[in-house]
Amino acid sequence: MTSPKLLEVKNLRVEFPTRRGTLVAVDDVSLEIAAGEVLGVVGESGAGKSMTGTAIIGLLEPPGRIASGEIRLEGRRIDNLPYHEMRKIRGRQIGAIFQDPLTSLNPLYKVGDQLVETILTHLPMTHAQARDRAVKLLEDVGIPSAAERINSYPHQFSGGMRQRVVIALALAAEPKLIVADEPTTALDVSIQAQIIQLLKKLCREHGTAVMLVTHDMGVIAETADRVAVMYAGRIAEIGPVQEVIKRPHHPYTMGLMGAIPTMGHKTERLTQIDGSMPRLNAIPRGCAFNPRCPKVFDRCRVERPDLMPAGQSHASCWLVAKEPAHV
Amino acid sequence: MIAFIVRRLVQAALVMLAVAFVSFAMFNFIGDPVANIVGQDTPADQIVELRKALGVDDPMPVRFGRFVVNAMQGKFGLSYRTTEPVGRMIADRLPATLELSLVAAIFALAAGIPMGVFAGLYPNSWLSRMMMTVSLIGISLPTFLIGILLIYIFAVILGILPSFGRGETIKFGFWSTGLLTVSGLKAIILPAITLGLFQLTLIMRLVRSEMMEVLRTDYIKFARARGLSNRAVHFGHALKNTLVPVITITGLQLGAIIAFAIITETVFSWPGVGLLFLQSVVYADIPVMSTYLVMIGFVFVVINLIVDMLYFVVDPRLRTQGRTSGGK
Ligand SMILES: Nc1ncnc2c1ncn2[C@@H]1O[C@H](COP(=O)(O)OP(=O)(O)OP(=O)(O)O)[C@@H](O)[C@H]1O
Ligand code: SF4
Ligand SMILES: [Mg+2]
Repeated sequence: MTSPKLLEVKNLRVEFPTRRGTLVAVDDVSLEIAAGEVLGVVGESGAGKSMTGTAIIGLLEPPGRIASGEIRLEGRRIDNLPYHEMRKIRGRQIGAIFQDPLTSLNPLYKVGDQLVETILTHLPMTHAQARDRAVKLLEDVGIPSAAERINSYPHQFSGGMRQRVVIALALAAEPKLIVADEPTTALDVSIQAQIIQLLKKLCREHGTAVMLVTHDMGVIAETADRVAVMYAGRIAEIGPVQEVIKRPHHPYTMGLMGAIPTMGHKTERLTQIDGSMPRLNAIPRGCAFNPRCPKVFDRCRVERPDLMPAGQSHASCWLVAKEPAHV
Repeated sequence: MIAFIVRRLVQAALVMLAVAFVSFAMFNFIGDPVANIVGQDTPADQIVELRKALGVDDPMPVRFGRFVVNAMQGKFGLSYRTTEPVGRMIADRLPATLELSLVAAIFALAAGIPMGVFAGLYPNSWLSRMMMTVSLIGISLPTFLIGILLIYIFAVILGILPSFGRGETIKFGFWSTGLLTVSGLKAIILPAITLGLFQLTLIMRLVRSEMMEVLRTDYIKFARARGLSNRAVHFGHALKNTLVPVITITGLQLGAIIAFAIITETVFSWPGVGLLFLQSVVYADIPVMSTYLVMIGFVFVVINLIVDMLYFVVDPRLRTQGRTSGGK
């Protein structure tokens, strides 16, 4: 990938201090997203996908916090910005789409007002210009008779339409990156594919990069340029989507790829592998996947593997290690 | 929406009818109205005539019907104590009570909402903790004690505010107001605080918990993700969503304020209907008591109606029938 790095996450660690010790929800995660690129993020529930995304947009809720590592947007560090600086980046540089369109919109305001408010927050426009832009945005996301619907309240839209409005809101100020956290999980299966297509099309047109969190490997296969597989707060494998799908290097990824459903069909959650992911307070020594790994060997139980080059990808598994074991 | 209003009006009418019946029952079954009017030495035939004239021996539904018709015209009979028309007595004193209640409610809202918002936004700050602790005291102290305490501090020790009465009033037609004179304004401060303190703490706690609840919702998170300023998120998006429960409680509490004015009016010798009611209890002045009951019932019903209407103003989901566009 020769295009310049838009987003760089380096050794990110997100912690939750609790009474019974500190929980590490995201552990030593490093990833990059180039301008206009779609990075898919998959992994079982609790793997830390949302936490990574939330850390990037700077909305971790206390007591959750970034304990170490850094996040850079176009080379500028954004993980340590004060709230009022970061909020100028949110929406303007990094947009966000959350899982549930039914609850993402404020029920008491017209969708047009929510759009205009977002536009005026970030762009130097008059109210009338912002309104025109809002209508245009609604048209772009495929809302019929947008000029009228701008005066509707969220409850007057169906779930799919609401998620379109949410996409319009995320794109309102032309951000360079959108963090989309399971944007279709809450929707009817029949419209999931449409929404993904729409998101993909709009981002391609605007040159917007996307971090697409999903459980649906089919969506990843059709949409993403690269994919990161997360397990227990860490990245198990990251690489170009075709490579990861066709030649997975990490045993966990191999398990996931065992059954790729075709896009648009409801998939069961990614747990085709026996057993379940360890809880945050009981992550085993060595490789976190070792209790479930069919290829586990001695080294896995003592030493934790970091990401290592594996073909065109990177995987954190001792199987791909070039250097000999230390034990 | 029209259908809703009509339905509510019918409900309100039914409630009022029930209240009127209780009041009517007090009138008729507690004591003998004729015996209260006539003296020891009234001749028997005169009593019979009086009974006929008053219609006391008519069948109950007829008497109740007459009671309702009279009540709607503001005719509630004569006070046993002063022999004045009860309707007039109440009307004379109502402005004092309403002004006191209104000022108390405004005080409770104007102080309670900002305090609640602050405590909801910064639940861990020392100021919020202090407000929560003090509000507990405010809730548990009885009203008359607060009143006496305030009188002691501001009237007795500091001597800057009057401890009783309404000050000078100005008459506008039937309405006499104390809000336009300096002495009237000074006189209303202590009773209004006394009366409003409980509601203040209630509103503050309510706004706080609603605010904390709303701040956890997805649309607030999404509003932040859109880069809106803290002010827009807190006051534009969060506060407005706390309003529905606040309106409900405030509405109900306004009724409670008017009803509880009895105690405050007594402590401060405030010439309102509450004080009148208490005097009537002492004299077993049934007409005044039952009229007071009808009046309080009426106030509650009217406030409830207004609260229901306000929901429509605040929450668009109630205004429109769930018209959804095809999302497929
Ligand atoms: N407030 C919190 N306190 C402690 N732990 C938390 C808190 N919020 C989340 N976590 C933990 O952080 C871990 C990562 O959660 P995250 O939401 O990122 O998972 P995810 O990969 O997005 O899963 P899902 O697919 O279910 O959305 C989980 O194990 C979760 O239990
Ligand atoms: S490091 Fe060992 S346990 Fe972990 S995935 Fe690789 S082979 Fe399996
Ligand atoms: Mg998640």
